[in-house]
Order: sequence, then C-alpha cells, then structure tokens
Amino acid sequence: MMSSLIKKLGGGFVLAMYSMLANADYALNLQKPESAIADQIFNLHTITMWIIVGIAVVVYGAMFYSILKHRKSVGHKAANFHHNTMVEIVWTTIPFIILIAMAYPATKTILAMRDTSASVMTIKVTGYQWKWEYDYPQEGFKFMSVLSTPRDQIENKAAKGENYLLEVDNPMVAPVGKKIRLLFAANDVIHSWWLPAFGIKQDAIPGFIKDSWFTADKVGTYRGQCAELCGKDHGFMPIVVEVKEQADYDKWVVEQKAKAAASKDTGKDYSLAELSQMGEKVYATNCAGCHQAKGEGMPPVFPALAGSKVVNGPKEAQIHIVMNGKPGTAMPAFGNQLSDTDIAAVITFTRNAWGNKAGDVIQASEIKASRK
Amino acid sequence: MEHGHDHHPSGIMRWVKTTNHKDIGTLYLLFSLVMFFFAGILAMCIRLELFQPGLQFFQPGTFNQLTTMHGLIMVFGAIMPAFVGFANWQVPLMIGAPDMALPRLNNWSFWLLPVAATLLVASFFVPGGAIAGGWTLYPPLYMQQGISGDMTIFAIHILGMSSILGSINIITTIMNMRAPGMTYMKMPLFVWTWFITAYLLIAVMPVLAGAVTMMLTDRHFDTHFFNAAGGGDPVMFQHIFWFFGHPEVYIMILPAFGIISTIIPTFARKPLFGYSSMVYATASIAILSLLVWAHHMFTVGMPTAAQLFFMYATMLIAVPTGVKVFNWIATMWQGSMTFETPMLFAIGFVALFTLGGFTGIVLAIVPVDIALQDSYYVVAHFHYVLVSGSLFAIFAGAYYWLPKWTGHMYNETLGKWHFWLSMVGFNVAFFPQHFLGLAGMPRRIPDYALQFADFNMISSLGAFLFGATQLLFVIVVIKCIRGGAKAGNKPWEGADTLEWTVPSPAPYHTFATPPTVK
Amino acid sequence: MSGNKDSYYLPEPSIWPIVGSLALLFLAGGFVMKINNISMGGMTMLVGAAVLLVMLFGWFGQVIRESESGMYNKQVDRSYRLSMSWFIFSEVLFFAAFFGALFYARVLSVPWLGSSDTMEQLWPHFVAAWPGTVAPGTDQLVSGPGANMPKFSPMSAWGIPAINTLILLTSGATLTWAHWGLLKNNRTQLIVGLIVTIILALSFIGLQAFEYHHAYTELGLTLGAGIYGATFFMLTGFHGFHVMLGTTMLIVMLIRSIKGHFKPDSHFGFEGAAWYWHFVDVVWLGLFVFVYWL
Ligand code: HEA
Ligand code: HEA
Ligand code: HEC
Ligand code: CUA
Ligand SMILES: [Cu+2]
Repeated sequence: MMSSLIKKLGGGFVLAMYSMLANADYALNLQKPESAIADQIFNLHTITMWIIVGIAVVVYGAMFYSILKHRKSVGHKAANFHHNTMVEIVWTTIPFIILIAMAYPATKTILAMRDTSASVMTIKVTGYQWKWEYDYPQEGFKFMSVLSTPRDQIENKAAKGENYLLEVDNPMVAPVGKKIRLLFAANDVIHSWWLPAFGIKQDAIPGFIKDSWFTADKVGTYRGQCAELCGKDHGFMPIVVEVKEQADYDKWVVEQKAKAAASKDTGKDYSLAELSQMGEKVYATNCAGCHQAKGEGMPPVFPALAGSKVVNGPKEAQIHIVMNGKPGTAMPAFGNQLSDTDIAAVITFTRNAWGNKAGDVIQASEIKASRK
Repeated sequence: MEHGHDHHPSGIMRWVKTTNHKDIGTLYLLFSLVMFFFAGILAMCIRLELFQPGLQFFQPGTFNQLTTMHGLIMVFGAIMPAFVGFANWQVPLMIGAPDMALPRLNNWSFWLLPVAATLLVASFFVPGGAIAGGWTLYPPLYMQQGISGDMTIFAIHILGMSSILGSINIITTIMNMRAPGMTYMKMPLFVWTWFITAYLLIAVMPVLAGAVTMMLTDRHFDTHFFNAAGGGDPVMFQHIFWFFGHPEVYIMILPAFGIISTIIPTFARKPLFGYSSMVYATASIAILSLLVWAHHMFTVGMPTAAQLFFMYATMLIAVPTGVKVFNWIATMWQGSMTFETPMLFAIGFVALFTLGGFTGIVLAIVPVDIALQDSYYVVAHFHYVLVSGSLFAIFAGAYYWLPKWTGHMYNETLGKWHFWLSMVGFNVAFFPQHFLGLAGMPRRIPDYALQFADFNMISSLGAFLFGATQLLFVIVVIKCIRGGAKAGNKPWEGADTLEWTVPSPAPYHTFATPPTVK
Repeated sequence: MSGNKDSYYLPEPSIWPIVGSLALLFLAGGFVMKINNISMGGMTMLVGAAVLLVMLFGWFGQVIRESESGMYNKQVDRSYRLSMSWFIFSEVLFFAAFFGALFYARVLSVPWLGSSDTMEQLWPHFVAAWPGTVAPGTDQLVSGPGANMPKFSPMSAWGIPAINTLILLTSGATLTWAHWGLLKNNRTQLIVGLIVTIILALSFIGLQAFEYHHAYTELGLTLGAGIYGATFFMLTGFHGFHVMLGTTMLIVMLIRSIKGHFKPDSHFGFEGAAWYWHFVDVVWLGLFVFVYWL
C-alpha cells in the first residue's frame, strides 16, 4: 500500500516535469534582457533560483528520505527526541547567511536602477484609460498610443495576428544606446508601464511624477503591457517601443514635428458633413471603448450616447462634459487630450449620428472659447 | 451536565440562538464551505475565459468582477472563517475549557458573517455589478465603482467587526479558561498559533476599517485622502491597505501551521520537534509581518531606502519560517509514520507551502519583483501558499478531527483520492503560471497574447480537475456525518491532546469540570 | 447553564446577537441607499438604528441582571476585563490608521507634491506647507495643489481646543475620584464624581459642536478642505463620536450607581466605562498635539 503511495507521489512529479519538458520550446524563463538593468535582473533571478533549488534539494531530500525509511510499514520504530539546541542554532544561522548572500547583489542592482542621473533625453509617459501618451518635451510634440488589434480578432471573428494584443498605432520611439529618462504620470487611475526587455515596471500615479530609465542595447521592437488593473480595458493597453539608430530616430523626430504642425488647429470652420466624417474617426479611437461603436454604451456604467439627453440637449452641456470629463466616473476630460477641431468634430458627430438629431454644428472656435 | 439545557430551542432556532462553541464552530465551517464553492465557481469562470485567447464567455468588465470577488470571498469568506471554525471547535477542547469565554459574543461574531456575505453577493445584482477593481481595492479605480463599491465597504466593516470580536474572544478564552496545570508552554501548538493570530487580527482589522472608511468619505463626503489635488496620495491607501494586507496573509497561514504541527507528530508517533522554537518562530513571524507591507508596492516608486528596508525585512521572514519547516521534517525524522489522509495533506502542505515560500523570497528581491510584480508569477506564488498552504491545512485538519466532530470515521479511500487528485490538479493548474509570469503575462486580464496560450490551457485544465475534485470532499463529509465506522475516543494512535480524552462525537458540553493537566 | 459560583457561567441561547446582525444589515443597507440617492434609505437606516437600540437594551440589560443576581464568578469577571482591554486596544489601532494618514500627508505626500518633477510637471508653483499654502492675495490657506480647492483658516490650538483639553483632563481626575469613592463604598462620592464627570463630558461635546460650527461657517474649514480638512474632521469627528459613546456609558453607570449596583470588589461595568473614558482622554491628547498644536 505504501509503496503504491510512493509510486503515485513520484508519478505526480514526473507528470509535472513532463508537462514542462513537453513545452520546452516555450518560454520558461524571463524574457531575453535587452538592457544592462534587465541583464542584472535576469542574473539575479538565475542566482536566486539556483540557491533555492539547492535548498529545496536538501529540504525535500531529507523529507522524502524520512518518508521512505521512517515509516511504520517498513517496521521503523519511533525515536523519542524532541529538541536539539545545536541543530536549531545551525538551521537558524545558515538561512540567515544565505539571505545576506542574496541581498547583497540585489542591493547593488537597486541602487543602479534607481539612478536616473546623466540621462541624455526625457520622455514623459502618461497613462489614460486605456491608452498611453508619449510626450517628447525637448522636441515639442506628443502623441497617443492605442491598441491596434482589430476588434474582430478579439471577438474571435478573425484569425489572430502575430502580435495579437501587443500592437499599437503609434509606438514610442527611442534612440539606441542612449540613457533615456522616463517620467510617469497618470490621468485618471493608476497604470503601470511594464517593458520586460528593459527591466522596467513603474506605476503611473495620478497627481505624482515617478521616474525610471533605460538604455537599449540594440535596435528592435519591444513589447509590454499595462501592469496595474486600471478598469475594463486594462488588458488592452499594450506598450510598444521601437528602438532606432540615432539617424533614423532623428528622421522620425522631423516627421513627427511636421505631423504635429500639420494637425495644429487651423481655426477653420468646417461643414456638418466634414465634421461628422472627421468626428467618426475621433470617436472610433477615443470614445468607442466605452460608449461602443453604435453609441449604445454599456449601461448602467457607460451611458448610451444614442438617445442621450445630454447629446440631444443644449450643446454647452455636452461640450462641458467632453472637455472636463466627469470626476468620480470613468468619463475622462478630453480638453487636454484632443485638439479643438477633434473635439468639435466628435461632438458634432455624436449629435448627428445613430438617430440623434440635435442638428447643430460645433466649430473649433467654440471649443477654443470654452477653454477661455 | 444534565441541568440547564432542557429548554433549548430546536430546529433552525437552535443554530440561530446557540451559544455553544461546537455549534458555532460547525456554523463557521459550513459557511466557509459554501463560500469556498461560490468563490471557486468564480475561479472556474476565470479559468474558462482564460482557456483560450480571445473573449469567449465574459466581457472584460465582468471578468474583472469575477477576479475581484473571487479574491475577496476566498480570503474573507472561505479561508478566514474556516480557521475560526477550527478555533471554535478545538481551542476549548484543547485547553480543557467548558466553552469560549464569551459565548453570546461568539454567536454574534458568526452571525455577522452572513450579513456581510449578503452585501457582497447582492452586489453582483445591483446596477453596474460587483466591484471590479481587484481585491486590493486601490483608489482611484475604486472611486469609479458603482453602488457595489459602498456595499463592499460596509461588508468589510462588518467582517472586520466579526473578526475583532472573534479574536477578542479567542484571546480571552486562552488567557482565562485554561484547565489547571495547562501553562502557556504546555498549550498545543494549534492554540498557540491561534493566540498569536488573534493578536494580529485585532491589530490590523481596525486599520483596514479605517482605510475603507477614508475611501467612503472620499467617495461621498468630499474628503481628499487619496487625491493629490487636495494634498492626499493614492499610494497612501496602498500603504494602509498593505499594513493590514500583509499580516492578513499570515493570519491565513499561522493557524495552518498550528494544524500541521498537530498532525505531523500524531502520524509520526513522535513528539513535535522544537516545541518552544515553534512558539518563538510563530511570534517572530507575526512581529516581522507588521514591518514588511511595502513589498507589495515595490513598483510605486517609493524612496530607494524604503525599498531596501522592506526587502531586507521581508527576506528575514524566511528564517523563522524555515525553522518551522525544519522542525516538521525533524519531527518526521526517525518517526514511525503512517499516511492517512490528514497526514497526506500535511505532507503535501509542507512540500508545496515551502515551494510557495521560495517564490515569495524570489519576489522579495526588489529587482526581480520589478520584473514579476502584477504578473502571473505572483498569482502562482500566492496560490501555492494559500491553496496548497492554507486550504490543504484546512483539509488536513478537517479529516483529522472529523471523527471527533461526527463520531464516525471518514471514508479513507475517498479521502486518498481527494488528496491525490487535488495534488495533481493543483500543480497542473498553478505550476505553469510561474512560466506565464516570467514570460510577461500580467494578472487581472481577460485576454492575452498568443505566446501565453498553451500554458493557460494547461492551467485551466488543471484548475477544472482541481475544482471537480473538491466535490469529493463534500461527499466524504456528508457520508461521514451520516454514518460510517464508529470512531473511538482516540482514533489516532499517536494523538495526545485533550480533545481525544472525551468521547466521539464530543458531547454537547465538555469539561464542565476542568481536567487537570500534569 | 448555571448560576453556580464555582463553575464558569455559560449563558442560555440568546436572541440578541441575531437581532444585532439584522440591525446592522438595515443600517448598512440603508446607508448605501441613502448615499446613492435611492429612496427609503433614511427610513431603512432608522429601522436599523431602532432595532440596534432594542438589541443594546436587551443584551446589556440581561448582562446587568445576571451580574446583579450574582451569577458571575471571579473568572467571568476576568473574562470581561480582558476582553474590554483588548477591545480598547483595537480601537487604538483604528485611530492609528487616521493618525497614520495625517503623518503620511504631512511628512511625505504634501512635500512631494511641492517638490522636484511632480511640482514642475503637474502642479507648477505649488508651495508645500502645513496646514496649507497661503492663497495668493488673501490671508487664508488652501490645502493641496488642485485648482479650486476651498480657502480656509486653520483651527487655532489655544482657544476652544485648549479649554477642551483641560475639561477632558479634569474629567479623568473626577472619574478617578468617583472610583475611589466606589472602592471605599462611599456612594455619595461615587455619584457626585460621576455627575461632575458627565457634566464635563457634555460640555466638551457642546464646545466641540460649537467649534465645528465655527469652522464651517466662519473659517471655511470643511471636510472638503483638502487633506488638512479631511484629517482634521475625521480624527476629531471619530474622537467626538467616541466621547459620545463614553458619555453614554458613564450615564448608564450613573443610573446603575443610583440604583445601588456595584460593590467595592466587583464593579467591572464601572471600570470598563472608566477605562474607555481614559482611552478617549489619551487619544485627545494625541489630537491636541498633532492636529491642533504642531
Ligand atoms: C498564506 C499566504 C501567504 C504567505 C504565507 C506568503 C509568504 C511570503 N510572501 Fe507572499 N503573497 C501572498 C500570500 C502569502 N505570502 C498574497 C495573497 C500575495 C498577493 C497579494 C495581491 O497582490 O493580490 C503575495 C504577494 C507577495 C509579494 C508581492 C508580489 C508582488 O505583487 O509584486 C511578495 C514580495 O516580496 C511576497 C513575499 C512573500 C515572502 C517572502 C513570504 C515568506 O513568508 C515565505 C517564507 C517561507 C519560505 C522561504 C520557505 C521555507 C523556508 C526555508 C525552507 C528556509 C530556507 C529558505 C531560504 C534561506 C530562502 N508575497
Ligand atoms: C484565499 C484563497 C484562494 C483560493 C483557495 C483560491 C482558489 C483558486 N483560485 Fe484564486 N485568487 C485568490 C485567492 C484564492 N484563490 C486571490 C486573493 C486572488 C487575487 C484576486 C485579485 O487579483 O484581486 C486570486 C486570483 C486568481 C486568479 C487570477 C485572476 C486574474 O488575475 O485575473 C486565478 C486564475 O487562474 C485564480 C484561480 C483559482 C483557482 C482555479 C482556484 C481553485 O483552487 C478553486 C477550486 C474550488 C472550486 C472549483 C469550487 C468547488 C467545486 C465545485 C463548485 C464543483 C464544480 C467544479 C467544476 C465545474 C470544475 N485565482
Ligand atoms: C473611459 C471611458 C469613457 C470614454 C473613453 C469616454 N467616455 Fe463619455 N462617459 C463615460 C462615463 C462613465 C460616463 C457617465 C458619467 C456619469 O455617470 O454621468 C460618460 C458620459 C458621457 C456623456 C454624457 C452622457 C449622458 O447621457 O449622461 C457624453 C456626452 C460623453 N460621455 C461623451 C463622450 C465622448 C464624445 C467621448 C470621446 C471623445 C467619450 N465620452 C469617451 C465614460 C467614457
Ligand atoms: Cu492601464 Cu492597466
Ligand atoms: Cu506580503
């Protein structure tokens, strides 16, 4: 009976090991490190794991030896000792020493990873429900970075692409080999910017600035995800960083600047049709996540815009809520996220779509005026 | 023994009005079983959604509700009440007391739980559904929760009251009701661990109550505790929460240590090795646990010095915990072991809890935690310590004392099946989650990138096996209550605590005249 | 089970706990409804409060009757003492959470908001100060860097708060004096001492109410006044609530003393109330120093 027990026990472990081995081509370890800090983290983890495997061999070895040999069914008689001061001192001291050995390299890495001095440039990262904004203060432009995986893939209506859920419309771009300081902020709730390859995970806390840094080893595209539960679409706000050679990076900066200049508010008035057309796009990227594609919302948390009293009421009220959000709810303030034209367009669009017929046209100038 | 209970109510009112520690213990245990199933079904829904990439069964908002309520109910509804149930049954029996010190208050501690459970379960059905911000309740996300946010806050207040009153009762019982001759250093280790746990509870539950009260006023009464615009800080909530939260996880493991320390000597037929070092180790764990909370917050960007302090303090806990593990093995060493179901679960506990402890140490190392925080590695860590730790200990204790409680032996074959299937299902479910976390899968997400697909599928299959296996436990318990081989006063050869000196099932009133302990 | 002095008193099955639970269900449910603007919330709360009162009268009444009919032995008495002291211990930690919030804000979060990147990027020109930053062009303060935070004047320590400190300290002394009376079996001293203590307690509550009124109407100091207002009102408010509880206990003890309850060697009820009162006293000293004074 007891030997069958042991066989079963062994069987369980073999099974567990087997399921590991069978998947040997899958990642069983941390992602490949691509920065000096990530490298140190990787090594720390490896050292710690081996120490622990060592301790485990001793601990489990003793236990299973005892289970095998000191059992009643093999006729073992119980001894009667119940303490031994020497042994107890030894097994209090040894773990202590081991822990110091583990803490020492960890301390060095901590000091290195927290040292943000001597960086050559700064990028400010702001978390929004549910997208990231990258601001390049030295260059004077910023942009939003939103999940680009089509809805159909998520709803299993289309085959999933290679970078399913890990792709965005506008990745963050950084030059290779430069120490880059990151500032983190959040607009609504706490988010966390996690890029495994660079060994960074930093919470973005509303109202406070936190910082971190990285120096990318090589050119490439690196992917991560938001790592702090931030509401409904927490699983759908990935992080993509493209690391480029300095020359390519400079080229990218020039392009971005040109784009920023082009989208600067023209202050021009548009027709209802033009605004609706622009607004539909703005709506799809900024609003549909909550209020849904057809404006049907997800009541009671996310109200429907189709048929909404606010959308069909006086325009001032709607301008106010879109510009300033509604504190205490998920409705964000778009005043500092979108341009006047975009806001005018999306409001015009919502007021004239899905059976809403406010019929009015809101122009960028009105939005500008509301900012005073 | 005869006098006094001639006009006891019967039927449902017996349970509603009871002041008997055994009745109340039973109520706690049944309540916890129901809650375990409820929260377990939520977990099955989680694993179902995560079986494959893509959204199949639940919308993201609903998924977050499942995760949050699974965590909250498992912690507050299943694990904690189960241990209080053990305390109610066993503490008076083990110290030779006629009952708990304050029997009426004891009844109230229990009957507060259904009120809190009503608020929690009902919150699924209010507009907006249950809270979806994680069991850690972090603001500002918590500010966005609907009516359920307020229901949960009050549920936590009531749960806190229940725990505080229950703990006061346990402390008073232990300090004041020990039989003559039962000195502190003669108390069974289970009593000791609960004694220390009760202190932890009255130290940290009021702090949690304070934290959620601030949340309530931030939500409705215009305060700015967790809002930077008014000089507050969302991270302040995390500090207060984890000042409660970390001791809370030891609250869920110390009584488990007590149960294991009772069972291993019994089946090794050998006295517990290092009794007094066990007591000191438990006390050190409890004291250290009040100083390590920020290891859950290494990524918030706290000052470097704070990171270092909390890392060192956290790692230090491995020392007293190690002492316990070594003592258990030394107790088995040179014993004469048999492997009935309670012993199997106890050995499973020692093996897998230690593994969970090891991953805890990995997480305590700040740079490594930066890579793993809020990933599935953490989920794996805490299910190893909570499921194969706390829950396995609960199973071990239940099998061990069922004969005393019901007067019948449980079905050993079914018990063994329960153990082995749990063991396999559990490891298949949670071991792969270490790899998922290392590879970069965040927790609390309803859908994931394709490289995580295979391990998630394996994990879900394991979870279904583990879940289905728990039905066996219910069958065993029901069979044992209804019949089975008669259990003698002392069905376990190696047992030596006081409860085994009274008949099985234990009579309604025991130790009306206290026994004398040599 | 029995009224036998030799064995531990085990009470009969009791209906009061479940009544208390129902009361809390109504109270909590009603409160949730009220703050979410669902109708009947206030009514539900009232029902809960009424049931709670019935429960308190019923339960404590029963305990007092049992005690007076001599069913408790020394061991039971010790149980009550132990549990009351650990209950007070848990209350201390409840206050600790709010003191923790106060210290955290003063020492950490407010200075962080006013320094380095956080200040430069998010709250330009915010100057961190406690209890608040001087609002430009006024002699009033604002607590916190947000736009439109209300302006207020802080509460001075050396007016009502100082008087209240004196009142509470005196009440601690008079209560001890009453206790001495009880120990000497001097009823008059006991009753007079209690009456004086209760009068002091009531004046404390009255002054505190006046102070709140002053704060809201004249100083602009409200719950909404940033972290200073929040910690100020939550700490003093919960303290005030505890003072009211303590006063109620003292009044019950006065009635019991007049009825002739308590003996020099057995008066746990009195002592429990007295401990509670001293605890409330000590918390106040903490408040006075950290909330009002420093
Ligand atoms: C029963 C519950 C329980 C227990 C006992 C523990 C025990 C430990 N835990 Fe765990 N933990 C949780 C429940 C628990 N934990 C939960 C629920 C969470 C997540 C909460 C959430 O975010 O939702 C968590 C999260 C968590 C984190 C945060 C992870 C993150 O979010 O980033 C950390 C980091 O330090 C940690 C560390 C530890 C450590 C060091 C121990 C130690 O006590 C372990 C000590 C034991 C051993 C080490 C094994 C035995 C010792 C030896 C054999 C001696 C020799 C060993 C050495 C020298 C290494 N835990
Ligand atoms: C306290 C103890 C505890 C226990 C016992 C468990 C038990 C289980 N837990 Fe959980 N878990 C937590 C505490 C616990 N958990 C916490 C604190 C969190 C964090 C929450 C948060 O992030 O906020 C968490 C989160 C968590 C996650 C991560 C979710 C996410 O991040 O999105 C997952 C995913 O796999 C999971 C799975 C499971 C499973 C499969 C079980 C199983 O062991 C459950 C088995 C039990 C049953 C299944 C019920 C009984 C059986 C039946 C009713 C029969 C029917 C069965 C079938 C149909 C198969 N848990
Ligand atoms: C993060 C989720 C989210 C996003 C993104 C979002 N909203 Fe909202 N919105 C909300 C919520 C939640 C409310 C309800 C607020 C309340 O409770 O009054 C709301 C309310 C509104 C209302 C008032 C509707 C009513 O009937 O009360 C309008 C109008 C509105 N949003 C427009 C927009 C527009 C336009 C956009 C995009 C530019 C947008 N929202 C993006 C969450 C969101
Ligand atoms: Cu943003 Cu999670
Ligand atoms: Cu912890």
